[in-house]
Amino acid sequence: MVQAVTTLKTERRKVESGPASGCASSGCGSRSDKLAHLPAAIRAKVNDHPCFSEDAHHHYARMHVAVAPACNIQCHYCNRKYDCSNESRPGVVSELLTPEQAVQKTLAVAAAIPQMSVLGIAGPGDPLANPERTLATFRALSEKAPDIKLCVSTNGLALPELVDEICQHNIDHVTITINCVDPEIGAKIYPWIFWNNRRIKGVKAARILIEQQQKGLAMLAERGVLVKVNSVLIPGVNDEHLKEVSRVVKAKGAFLHNVMPLIAEAEHGTFYGLMGQRGPTHDELQSLQEACSGDMAMMRHCRQCRADAVGMLGEDRGAEFSIEKIEQMDIDYAAAMERRATVHAEIEAKRQAQREASRQATQTSGSEVFVALDALTRRRPAAPSTEPNLVSAAASETTPLATQTATPIVAARTASSRTKAPTGTTSHPLRIAVASSGSGVINQHFGHAREFLVYEADAQDVRFIGTRRVQAYCTGDETCGEADSALAGTLRALEGCVAVLCSKIGIEPWDALEAAGIAPNGEHAMEPIETAVAAVYTELTASGALERAEPMRALSA
Amino acid sequence: MAYQITDGCVNCWACEPLCPSQAIQAAKPHFIIDPSQCSECAGDFAEPQCASICPIEGAILDARGIPVNPPGSLTGIPPERWNATMAEIRAR
Repeated sequence: MVQAVTTLKTERRKVESGPASGCASSGCGSRSDKLAHLPAAIRAKVNDHPCFSEDAHHHYARMHVAVAPACNIQCHYCNRKYDCSNESRPGVVSELLTPEQAVQKTLAVAAAIPQMSVLGIAGPGDPLANPERTLATFRALSEKAPDIKLCVSTNGLALPELVDEICQHNIDHVTITINCVDPEIGAKIYPWIFWNNRRIKGVKAARILIEQQQKGLAMLAERGVLVKVNSVLIPGVNDEHLKEVSRVVKAKGAFLHNVMPLIAEAEHGTFYGLMGQRGPTHDELQSLQEACSGDMAMMRHCRQCRADAVGMLGEDRGAEFSIEKIEQMDIDYAAAMERRATVHAEIEAKRQAQREASRQATQTSGSEVFVALDALTRRRPAAPSTEPNLVSAAASETTPLATQTATPIVAARTASSRTKAPTGTTSHPLRIAVASSGSGVINQHFGHAREFLVYEADAQDVRFIGTRRVQAYCTGDETCGEADSALAGTLRALEGCVAVLCSKIGIEPWDALEAAGIAPNGEHAMEPIETAVAAVYTELTASGALERAEPMRALSA
Repeated sequence: MAYQITDGCVNCWACEPLCPSQAIQAAKPHFIIDPSQCSECAGDFAEPQCASICPIEGAILDARGIPVNPPGSLTGIPPERWNATMAEIRAR
């Protein structure tokens, strides 16, 4: 209850501060303004969902329980024989659970990781091809852990017939994987489906699947369920087509579109892996996301996690919660739920403080040119037009501080940043990588990072564009012998970035980064990510590093 | 006459609820078909249900012992391609 109140308050503040002072991209979703137009009730729903809100994923954890082994279709990027503890990708699990075990595991994880806010069922097959197991799990959890959000992911084939049951179980987030709306293209992705007691192949199969997906999507949207659409980007198969998919699913009421890169290696034993189908490059993925973002909100922080993943999005603590280990745990469930409420309230207070701090920074930085956060106002002066009632209601209800005092100051600063900003005023964007272990701040040692968050900054905006997975190059033990190759892999992953921000960094990687034209930077430790990225953008632009970086970027592109 | 399940089975449960004769049981190391119960879906469905949803090539044999879904028939991966790639991976 406490948490719910906090959530609503936070949402309301977002409404008032959004158009007035601008907000960092993670504050409102995948692209600064894309979620701002949504009603407060919907934004409250996604506020603590790490998969539906980019900002939430810095703070909240999720888990998947692998209760759904059966599938009713075959996708060319999936191999049903696969289960490996070292692989991190969808459809892979180590241990299949009964619904009872899944409930036990969820309660254990939610006690041990109080940041947990969401329980999802995502496989390893299709959750709705296992309706008894999936729904039994949800039913028990909605009674035993009512504070945990429930969420399901599906290929959509069985969705229309189960929509009403989904709604009954209080599941207000559903993800549908939709790779195409054209059956000819679908036939290149799905070799068969099981439908009305028969295996059906080819274009006919794809047509049925597409019809069911679209019907299910529309039914969920009608019932007010938030729908995220996942699409796998398969170069040469559906890349151009995904722009149409994005338009179509938005028109049908999808809330968020998540275009994910194909993962295909021969050793995975998938059709695409064996037939040499390549995945997209970072640039291909980004440009497609850009192309689709004109139509709808895009998710860029997906980690394509396993069907039994546990923890924050960038991590997987599944191994700590095997059935064997859980059975030995002694848990006070009521106390755990209280602790979650406290921790979630603390998180919300911290998020609010971060937002305040970044707003303050833009207002009090003296003569220093400040780009990004405040400058967002220039882009969207008329943001509230679609939701006039919402904005006026929020403004009249809550503290006037943010709206009334911030507006003139920000406006003044905006003007000054436009005139004073050096060569970068009409600049092209710079990519800056960040090492963070969560909480939305720069707080990770370079060598400990298993992924980097990549931001794009220009004179108007700082926005999150994606993650780059790497092998942690320093684990402080005997694996250091492999450090050289891991560092080389990290340098490749950071290609195209002009700087990397972290809490600390060793001398060796520092030199290697510099040699590769990527500026290492440990000066912004513990600062909120987007404020720091904006500051570093300004420093780089002012120091002329931008011009020097130019040829390097051209070469690497 | 009865179908049977081989050790290619990945225990995915897809077939079990579909069997009109309740002939399929979860077992270790893999699911089994009770030959005394299996009717090959005669009289119930045009096609045997277990073999129509099974995602694993070679996991279900017909009464003659022949795979209902032979290599390449479900994934579209040519068997020679599969064999060559797996040999290559093993040799690494």
